[in-house]
Amino acid sequence: MSKKRIIVVGNGMVGHNFINTLATSEHASDFEIITFSEEPRLAYDRVQLSKYFSGSTADDLALTSEAEYQQQGIIYTLSDKVVAVDSQARTVTTANGQVEGYDRLVLATGSYPFVPPIPGKDQDHCLVYRTIDDLEAISASAAVSKTGVVVGGGLLGLEAANALKQAGLDTHVVEFAPRLMAVQLDEGGGKLLRHKIEELGVTVHTDKATTEIVAGEACRYRMNFADGSHLETDMILFSAGIRPQDELARQSGLDTGERGGIVINDYCQTSDEDIYAIGECALWDNKIYGLVAPGYQMAKVAADNIVSALITHSEPSLSFQGADMSTKLKLLGVDVASIGDAHGHTAGSKSYVFNDDIEQVYKRLVVSADGKKLLGAVLVGDVDAYGNLLQLMLNDMDIPGNPANLIVPSSGAEDSAGLGVAALPDSAQICSCQSVSKGDIAAAVQGGCCTMGDIKEATKASTVCGGCSALVKQVMDAELTALGVEVNNNLCEHFAYTRAQLADIIRVKGYTTFTQLLESHGHGHGCEICKPTVGSILASFNNEYVLKDEHIGLQDTNDIFLGNMQKDGTYSVVPRVAGGEITPEKLIVLGEVAKEYDLYTKITGGQRIDLFGAQLHQLPAIWKKLVAAGFETGHAYGKSLRTVKSCVGSSWCRYGVLDSVSMAIALENRYKGLRAPHKIKFGVSGCTRECAEAQSKDIGVIATENGWNLYVCGNGGMRPRHADLFASDLDDDTLVKYIDRVLMFYVRTADRLQRTSVWMENLDGGLDYLQEVVINDRLGICAELEAGMTKVVDSYQCEWKTTVESAQKLKRFSHFINADEADRNLYYVRERGQRRPATDAERIELVSLDAASH
Amino acid sequence: MTDWTTVCNLNDIDPDTGVCALYHGEQVALFRWGSSDTVYAINNFDPIGKANVLSRGIIGSLGERPVVASPLYKQHFDLQTGVCLEDSNVQVKPYAVQVAHGVVQLG
Ligand code: SRM
Ligand SMILES: Cc1cc2nc3c(=O)[nH]c(=O)nc-3n(C[C@H](O)[C@H](O)[C@H](O)COP(=O)(O)OP(=O)(O)OC[C@H]3O[C@@H](n4cnc5c(N)ncnc54)[C@H](O)[C@@H]3O)c2cc1C
Ligand code: SF4
Ligand code: FES
Repeated sequence: MSKKRIIVVGNGMVGHNFINTLATSEHASDFEIITFSEEPRLAYDRVQLSKYFSGSTADDLALTSEAEYQQQGIIYTLSDKVVAVDSQARTVTTANGQVEGYDRLVLATGSYPFVPPIPGKDQDHCLVYRTIDDLEAISASAAVSKTGVVVGGGLLGLEAANALKQAGLDTHVVEFAPRLMAVQLDEGGGKLLRHKIEELGVTVHTDKATTEIVAGEACRYRMNFADGSHLETDMILFSAGIRPQDELARQSGLDTGERGGIVINDYCQTSDEDIYAIGECALWDNKIYGLVAPGYQMAKVAADNIVSALITHSEPSLSFQGADMSTKLKLLGVDVASIGDAHGHTAGSKSYVFNDDIEQVYKRLVVSADGKKLLGAVLVGDVDAYGNLLQLMLNDMDIPGNPANLIVPSSGAEDSAGLGVAALPDSAQICSCQSVSKGDIAAAVQGGCCTMGDIKEATKASTVCGGCSALVKQVMDAELTALGVEVNNNLCEHFAYTRAQLADIIRVKGYTTFTQLLESHGHGHGCEICKPTVGSILASFNNEYVLKDEHIGLQDTNDIFLGNMQKDGTYSVVPRVAGGEITPEKLIVLGEVAKEYDLYTKITGGQRIDLFGAQLHQLPAIWKKLVAAGFETGHAYGKSLRTVKSCVGSSWCRYGVLDSVSMAIALENRYKGLRAPHKIKFGVSGCTRECAEAQSKDIGVIATENGWNLYVCGNGGMRPRHADLFASDLDDDTLVKYIDRVLMFYVRTADRLQRTSVWMENLDGGLDYLQEVVINDRLGICAELEAGMTKVVDSYQCEWKTTVESAQKLKRFSHFINADEADRNLYYVRERGQRRPATDAERIELVSLDAASH
Repeated sequence: MTDWTTVCNLNDIDPDTGVCALYHGEQVALFRWGSSDTVYAINNFDPIGKANVLSRGIIGSLGERPVVASPLYKQHFDLQTGVCLEDSNVQVKPYAVQVAHGVVQLG
């Protein structure tokens, strides 16, 4: 039997998923698969497209590679578009004139961005957001623009706004409807989302219909609106919805919907049974699914159907039955979720609304007339309940107890959504992207999986958007517990304890080395997880020199040479500049050292100066000079106190009420060198205007007319969290006392790499409990906590000073143990007057130059 | 018979750490297992992070295998075979090494 030819038009996420399903099935060898991509590359992860702006490359986003397709025998043509289908002759023709015959044709052409017919929309710097090529155009335009407007305040529009914001533009969103994300959110949710987004500095304009785009005065363009107002901008991104790419289908006479989309039946067949349509171009039951998960289901169904029709000649076993469109996202850092009938369209439905203006949380539940079933929900600001609510709805389960309990924040530790994973039926879909059910995960656990990594590999759950990972873990843990396996919170394979337990053991037994602990409580030889963790605990309690012989092998990448390792293996040098205050003399020293060693110099986000590109053998000489000039290490490499950011405060500022700089310097000098489960940052502001951003720090201090307000457990970074007000109007001594206690309690009880925010959120009782322990000494440990801190403060040493004074320690700071040469693999180019590591492409040139000159 | 080249003294390597030696123009990462006289030798170039840094990683055991974790992105390399545990298609070159009379020799 000759191979059956399957042509797939479009190599997007769904087209690729279809190909992959067929190419990895047991019937793979019966098919010859041919695919055409209009884009210059094979399929990539469009869902993660925005990551392109935060550093991901086209390669990172790729879902496959040409090599992989070649290996699988898949024939592909890039940058060529299928322009005609002859369903009689069963051939397709491309723009370049290539003609190919098929046995079955699969249209996976996706959709294209809709650009409203506004006069002036076709000019330069008027762009859309769909492909990697689009993103390249956006980056180029943003680089020569100051202001950017996104037309459309839906899901994609807000993602696009985030990209413009990250590119540093003054960003606006213009929405035609009266609220943001009108499809997913109700009025209350839309309002809160708007408020939160405006707080982030994005200006939102709703109820605006753009009538024309003309030349601007202050900016490149001016947008005129129907209500007579206008807005100036340098670039415009249209994100006003998507339209199914159904051009081919129309042309070849296949049925299409009134508002577009290729009509398909439950087997994903179009009106010609030999032609299938899947993904965003397909119209099923008059619905287009603009998400990847339903597309993947269609891909599975189509592949199954084609195998049964051509190979096994049996009844198809799968059919497409619609899909759930619930979503959970983070838009501009704001958590948003929408489930099922979010607008309460179902007849007789009732709603429960929870609105917290202070915490900025909005939740709405839509329940059936009898109050027993959950029909839909909107969550803004706090989406923890998403997984459980979704399961309640999808599985048509009875709401346990009063529905209001599902959205009212719980007072104690009990699960606010009131539903354990145990209650879910086996058929419950846990990962919608890969359609993995609870039963699938349970089976994988029974088959021996016991880590998230195992589960991902075995079931593919949690490998697309990642939104299900918390729930997958819960199911896995529940399943393991049911099998009698103790759920593993062990630090790693060498220690069957958590970090907090190890900290207790070390403290009670008075251990001072890793070897003592390993011999008594561990096994094996240790690893890169337990060694630094134990190294950190030992340092928190005993505060010995981290490069002492018995500790040196425990230190992670950065600590082991007291500098942050850069991508090419060189290091950065960050001296402490307490409170951000520095004398002109010291600035000059930094400049001289940087100049002498040609170090790339940059002001950090932490109010100090970072010198990059020092080679291992240069570090001692650099630090000798810095130490001689009175500098100390800044511990930029350590999981320890980083910086105490200050504002100028009462000594200069006309609003300042207390001397924030002096306080910041005092605090930085007190806690410098304190090793902790994760890094710790402080901020001290001189008045409520809060110029030091203290509320985004682990420890924040803000001056008031009556003393200091202490805030705790905030951070920026990946999951920003505002600090909570811990105590008000404190005098200097009480302030320090409370900080001592909070930090030591954190050091003793937090998990590895857990910042103060997550630590506090996980404390049973949260902030209230922490206040009880620290202010009212509920555990009776305050004296001990303070003593622990005093010990650390009294035993401080500058690690770099100790190191440059020890000839034995300095021996390690050379690239080779047996030669004085430097690493020959370092290549640099100059940019804006300083050096930076060469990119891969630049390296190839530089390496060959280098070779030619030898 | 192997020609052994002496590259350093055993005591130049702090217990449970690594150093890098230059050997016939190649960079070789040497690791000392605890304070014993077992030394492992693999190439110093991290093929994933693309930099000469493996000697600066933390060593330990995974199951029975002695490994080093790359200091850049933490992939593990088997100290005996150079194979990457996360991706068996990736391997760094292992070297024959012996410790005799307190010196470390490559061959
Ligand atoms: C140099 C600097 C960026 C800059 O050019 O401004 C920087 C650079 C690095 N940051 Fe940062 N961060 C710097 C300020 C910040 C800030 C802003 C601030 O401190 O006000 C933040 C957000 C605030 C916060 O931490 O709450 C920040 C959030 C992070 C995070 C995410 C932490 C989180 O909890 O989500 C990481 C990753 C981590 O620590 O695991 C990180 C990690 C890193 C590392 C250490 C990554 C690494 O291991 O190579 C970078 C190396 C520094 C180096 O080589 O010297 N950096 N980093 C800033 C150094 C400040 C300083 O003087 O010490
Ligand atoms: C920024 C962004 C964020 C998103 N976020 C999410 C999310 O969080 N969750 C989610 O579920 N979904 C999300 N989506 C939607 C998701 O990406 C799509 O649902 C999915 O990509 C649809 O896959 P597809 O294969 O149907 O279409 P596409 O991925 O668009 O692929 C179609 C391909 O076919 C090509 N093509 C079209 N016509 C032809 C022709 N005639 N000849 C040759 N090639 C042709 C196109 O160039 C394209 O490469 C997001 C989309 C974007 C743009
Ligand atoms: S926080 Fe207050 S005191 Fe400090 S600089 Fe700003 S306005 Fe001045
Ligand atoms: S739901 Fe997207 S990866 Fe599981």
